[in-house]
Amino acid sequence: MDFLRPASWEEALAAKAEHPTAVPIAGGTDVMVEINFDHRRPEYLLDLNRVGELSEWEVGEESVRLGASVPYTRIMENLRGELPGLALASHTVASPQIRNRGGVGGNLGTASPAGDAHPALLAAGAEVEAESVRGTRLIPIDAFYTGVKRNALAPDELIRAVHIKKADGPQQYSKVGTRNAMVIAVCAFGLALHPETRTVRTGIGSAAPTPVRAKAAEEFLNAALDEGGFWDNGKIITPSVAKQFADLCSAACNPIDDVRGTASYRRHAVGIMARRTLTWTWESYRGTAAHTEGVA
Amino acid sequence: MRVNFTVNGRPQEADDVWEGESLLYVLRERLGLPGSKNACEQGECGSCTVRLDGVPVCSCLVAAGQVEGREVVTVEGLAEFAKQRAEHGGCATGSCGTSLDEARRWESKPQDSHTGEGGELSPIQQAFIDAGAVQCGFCTPGLLVAADEMLERNPTPTDADIREALSGNLCRCTGYEKIMDAVRLAAARQSEAV
Amino acid sequence: MGTTGTPTNLTQGSRTRGGIGESTLRPDGILKVTGEFAYSSDMWHEDMLWGQILRSTVAHAEIVSIDTGEALATPGVYAVMTYDDLPTEVKNYGLEIQDTPVLAHGKVRHHGEPVAIVAADHPETARRAAAKIKVEYRELPVITDEASATAPDAILIHEGRDDHHIGHVPHPNIVHRQPIVRGNVEEAAKKADFVVKGEYTFGMQDQAFLGPESGLAVPAEDGGVDLYIATQWLHSDLRQIAPVLGLPEDKVRMTLSGVGGAFGGREDLSMQIHACLLALRTGKPVKIVYNRFESFFGHVHRHPAKLYYEHGATKDGKLTHLKARIVLDGGAYASASPAVVGNASSLGAGPYVVDDVDIEAIALYTNNPPCGAMRGFGAVQACFAYEAQMDKLADKVGMDRVAFRQLNAMEQGTVMPTGQVVDSPAPVAELLRRVKAMPMPPEQQWLTAGEAADVRQLPGGLSNTTHGEGVVRGVGYAVGIKNVGFSEGFDDYSTAKVRMEVVGGEPVATVHTAMAEVGQGGVTVHAQIARTELGVAQVTIQPADTQVGSAGSTSASRQTYVTGGAVKNSCELVREKVLELGRRKFGTYHPAWATAELLLEGGKVVTDGGEVLADLVDVLGDESVEIEAEWRHRPTEAFDLRTGQGFGHVQYTFAAHRAVVEVDTELGLVKVIELACAQDVGKALNPLSVLGQIQGGTTQGLGIAVMEEIIVDPKTAKVKNPSFTDYLIPTILDTPTIPVDVLELADDHAPYGLRGIGEAPTLSSTPAVLAAIRNATGLELNRTPVRPEHLTGK
Repeated sequence: MDFLRPASWEEALAAKAEHPTAVPIAGGTDVMVEINFDHRRPEYLLDLNRVGELSEWEVGEESVRLGASVPYTRIMENLRGELPGLALASHTVASPQIRNRGGVGGNLGTASPAGDAHPALLAAGAEVEAESVRGTRLIPIDAFYTGVKRNALAPDELIRAVHIKKADGPQQYSKVGTRNAMVIAVCAFGLALHPETRTVRTGIGSAAPTPVRAKAAEEFLNAALDEGGFWDNGKIITPSVAKQFADLCSAACNPIDDVRGTASYRRHAVGIMARRTLTWTWESYRGTAAHTEGVA
Repeated sequence: MRVNFTVNGRPQEADDVWEGESLLYVLRERLGLPGSKNACEQGECGSCTVRLDGVPVCSCLVAAGQVEGREVVTVEGLAEFAKQRAEHGGCATGSCGTSLDEARRWESKPQDSHTGEGGELSPIQQAFIDAGAVQCGFCTPGLLVAADEMLERNPTPTDADIREALSGNLCRCTGYEKIMDAVRLAAARQSEAV
Repeated sequence: MGTTGTPTNLTQGSRTRGGIGESTLRPDGILKVTGEFAYSSDMWHEDMLWGQILRSTVAHAEIVSIDTGEALATPGVYAVMTYDDLPTEVKNYGLEIQDTPVLAHGKVRHHGEPVAIVAADHPETARRAAAKIKVEYRELPVITDEASATAPDAILIHEGRDDHHIGHVPHPNIVHRQPIVRGNVEEAAKKADFVVKGEYTFGMQDQAFLGPESGLAVPAEDGGVDLYIATQWLHSDLRQIAPVLGLPEDKVRMTLSGVGGAFGGREDLSMQIHACLLALRTGKPVKIVYNRFESFFGHVHRHPAKLYYEHGATKDGKLTHLKARIVLDGGAYASASPAVVGNASSLGAGPYVVDDVDIEAIALYTNNPPCGAMRGFGAVQACFAYEAQMDKLADKVGMDRVAFRQLNAMEQGTVMPTGQVVDSPAPVAELLRRVKAMPMPPEQQWLTAGEAADVRQLPGGLSNTTHGEGVVRGVGYAVGIKNVGFSEGFDDYSTAKVRMEVVGGEPVATVHTAMAEVGQGGVTVHAQIARTELGVAQVTIQPADTQVGSAGSTSASRQTYVTGGAVKNSCELVREKVLELGRRKFGTYHPAWATAELLLEGGKVVTDGGEVLADLVDVLGDESVEIEAEWRHRPTEAFDLRTGQGFGHVQYTFAAHRAVVEVDTELGLVKVIELACAQDVGKALNPLSVLGQIQGGTTQGLGIAVMEEIIVDPKTAKVKNPSFTDYLIPTILDTPTIPVDVLELADDHAPYGLRGIGEAPTLSSTPAVLAAIRNATGLELNRTPVRPEHLTGK
């Protein structure tokens, strides 16, 4: 095993180009577990800790450019306004110690369906900034997950940042685990309201081979909200709409039975979380609308 | 490979380090600092918690090569760390939240981390003893580092705050009640001292 | 860094009396908070090697061949050993039945069984070498439950058994069977107005002590070996290790290192023999440290169980009869299975008066992971079942669940189903009354001053699954009975060596036992006993080792009773000698030396009237008084193999719990809000430690109620979740406040009237939580742990 310690992003890209099998390590919260338990012996470890810019973020007009290694703790503390869904998701990651080390780049690189950030990224809308010595490209989050623990990165590419749309409406995130802290998701659900485009987006974790959106559910809800004039009248979403949305979210799952939970439970739980997060976000939207518009 | 870094204020050099070794292994097996504990080696118990550039992390998940040039504080250096913090004003103002950035700027001074001698205990260490929060003690070092850092950020925590801050540290002996007592005790003594 | 890190003497002294009944602080506390306390995994020696164990990847197979050539040829590797390299004819070990191979011979019987061992200069070298050992397996069908174990054509897990249980078991794949029969169940059942039948399942729990198995073996010049180890019983280890090494016991010198928790999981050997074998083979110190993955294979677990119960009651709520069948899965090797069977059967009726009883308990041999000791063994599984039965019966009779239990509660004088008369306080009804009388926790604690709910106070916690939706509160009660000490005629004794002398102008007592301090606080209590009995401030607790006689096991809630009793006894003998010395030196100066009852207090010899006769410093002068003596509790009897009758247990211990839970009924997530406990401890020698034991034991019971389970694939008998990622134990956010009401009713048979306390809270905690969840959901829930899919029906 060789330990590569690039001092800059350019050096990191060069190293990855020279050694495409090199395994990037930043927070170490996935890679080191695999090494400690003898599940993996990479030829090269590519340490990204010395590349300081990976731990920085920029808040732009439309989106936040979030460095791949920005620790979850920082997202929780600093980006709750811009990225509320991701901030909530970050708070569910493992433990304080892990949140101090791990970042979204690691979740994306590992591309485990159980990664906590994925549903929030899918719901908010995001692009992954991948770079190699050949150049930079932005991969839409919907095209990023290609299979169980597989992603759209080329062997010589590294994740530099994620561009996440700034919230234009309420966002929520829920995760089911069998412990009240420090737990891997049995399944998870992210929901973002986008009042500017009058759309909703979803993200489902741990209930399919990859993180997925519940597109049929989104389309249904977009249409129902539109038809009922809900975005304007700010009415309570009817239980039948919420139920239909929840059912369609359940139907978007393609889960398995494993030690953490059964497939049918995952489908069920995703439906419950979909209904609850819809209620929370919509109530928040109504409250905000009422406040800003001065309507009782 | 060779790794140079600072532990408890003292420069350290580890040689012939295998690239897959963790910071925890280097501390325990190469530097004679076994206070940080090897309970799960997968980031699920917090027993190996140390401060890396001021930030509490699981040292089992930090690759040894990643600590080159960085500052580590272990339980062996906790008393001295707390003493210096107190001398530097620490929490005296009552507004002693420490951000990750501020924490990273902290620098330690040398002390004899091998014997831990010359040492008074830090307030959190004393509180753990007094409250009966120590049984087998294997979780204790990690809990102390985590609890000390929490009290640095949040000197008047609610019970829910304490539970959240320590939710990454497993204890199998105590049922956590005496650990809660210890942290409350340390917080109360801290505020009395102001 | 050039020396072995050996445990230090623990000295503690204070101006206060610090005797029994006070919450004195741990003598090892400072070392433990500064990181200096040397646990077994902290041992280090110049030039030491690292040992690694190669374990079977399948559960049941014949070993066709083992090729170690490539492993041995790896640079940095000093030794590779298999069964063929074992030095003597003794190749097995075991607590009661020596059925466990040191290294697999011809066959593996469970997933993760040790097959070969390697010593190398770095753990990674050892791991890589172990991976190069080629083992060819011919797989056999796996036996995983009672049906497959006792089928007429079942493969025998152990061919040619010749242990002392084989004569009375109905099938060679049954380790031990114990019936408990009293009265006439069939006749009594006719009197029942209500009958409740239930079938219960108890999952496989892991001790999950935080300090993984580890130790350091150092070869000695005399051909022997020094072993620094974390264990629960040094002398039991020694008895099993020495014959395999071919060494006399005095050449295997064992020293207790810091023990990172035990809970039963260190009663059996783990890496002890392997480290010694490699050290003797290579002539170098060898350290072995399991990681968490290996730890799940490195020790026995709590027996999973199927329990079939039938209770009857009259319409006024009196129990009429009990029929029970308890099937414990012992896995591939016997370990403590016979004792677990003894407890499950003899305590299977719980703390209730029921005259007509027919209980049968068996432990199976299967290809599942070996199971043995864990906190409360046998009694834990039974309590889960009988307490569920009590709730069901109370409901049928139409009585309050607590009142129903109180009506049937045993008390001092009750005759157990074994025929044993309970001859010390058994305040079962009172414990229930006390736990019920505690104030209830406030409702809806998640509501905050602002709009947002505090999710940390809700089911799901930080995962943000509910802001109150679907959340229903439930309350449940349970009570249990556990035996203290080793039972069924076992010669259960401890040894204590106590010395008294003047050091630095002060009288000092030194206590030396082989008691394994695993966190329970025995070292604290020994010092307190010495202060009380010898009137000194300074007490030195010497490290536990095999240079002193056996202290028995740190298990069965027995150490304060038995080794505490031994320390008390040796102190009393030392005191007599000191007083004799005093009489010789000063007897002529004061008549009270001859006539009064004399005590040692505050460093002086005093009369029972409080008059000071002499300073201990003057009495002792340059002399030191030392006594090493064994002490045993009153004998017990084996249970009759057909009827289970006999004076089997030396003491009983009781705890009751009230659980308050909040269940997210839609998602099936549980938050335990409070787990109140009332327990009779006889006499609290150290009240702070007592609380720590009760709260810790309660939390382990909570774990098996809602999250902890080793999941074994029924098709392959392989463990599916050997990690802290998927074997979950409660975090501080899962653990509620645990108010404790301690009752102290003396047991006149025990030292200071004390009662063993460590295990009882683990019994009743689990069924109380389950009862509360049932109360919240209306579901029957006949298995533990309860998982979200059980609560949602999905």
